[in-house]
Amino acid sequence: MNLVELQSKLISVARANAPDGRVPFAFEKRIVVLLGARRADDGATLWARGLWQAAASCAVIALLCGAWAFLSPADDDMSQNFETTLLASVDQGDQAQ
Amino acid sequence: MERTEAELIAAVLAGDATSFEPLVAKYSSKVFATARRYARRESEVEDIAQEVWLKAFDKLKSFRGEAPFEHWLMRMTVRTCYDFLRAHQRSREASFSDLTDSESDWLERFAAAPQTAPEDADAAKLLVARVLEKLSPPARLVITLLEIEDRSIKEIAALTGWSVPLVKVRAFRARGEMKKILSKMAKDKYL
Repeated sequence: MNLVELQSKLISVARANAPDGRVPFAFEKRIVVLLGARRADDGATLWARGLWQAAASCAVIALLCGAWAFLSPADDDMSQNFETTLLASVDQGDQAQ
Repeated sequence: MERTEAELIAAVLAGDATSFEPLVAKYSSKVFATARRYARRESEVEDIAQEVWLKAFDKLKSFRGEAPFEHWLMRMTVRTCYDFLRAHQRSREASFSDLTDSESDWLERFAAAPQTAPEDADAAKLLVARVLEKLSPPARLVITLLEIEDRSIKEIAALTGWSVPLVKVRAFRARGEMKKILSKMAKDKYL
């Protein structure tokens, strides 16, 4: 069998039988409906994404604060200083009495 | 009054998705005809067409209007078909031991008198589909565009996004691949 001839014959068969462009009924409507549904999904997705991002940021901030509290030097007792400052007026009142 | 393509595209970009409908209606037959060259099952053809239109909608912002919308869309269609071929690579092992009787008859008729073998015979169409399915995705795309659709190398480069030298290399390899498949078919048939 002549393979070159077979190849060109098969190619001409393919050329002679080009596929048709038949479109399913109301295909364009289906696409528009799909686009609409996707856009509705997109709104919910945006909300969910925003909320997750906010939650992640909060978690990171909490972790950083925790790490700072643990790793800060012991002699610099921030909680004690904070308490002293906050209650300074009460202390002064007590001393005056 | 019927709106022009440019007006429809502008409306879609402004947020009116329903203006996309006339574009889909106008060009879907071309998208479907192209998809049918690469996918056999009708459900696969519909999936490809749907993906093309969703991609077209998403990427409409990148359409600058320098070339006709149809060219831009067909580029997207061909690339989507290529992605489909790559994602659905069926077993391409070239075995033709399961040729149907009508395919074998057509081949015998061709071997006896190549000119008289009918081109519109269903067996011949099935044989073509069978051979094309055995090709690798790039080879199938190149053979379809270059040999069957008779497009130029430059056109293929524009449609596929490949460089001109790459198209030439792939065309050379594709012809070699096809020759191998046909010789395997002849061997399986006559040995």
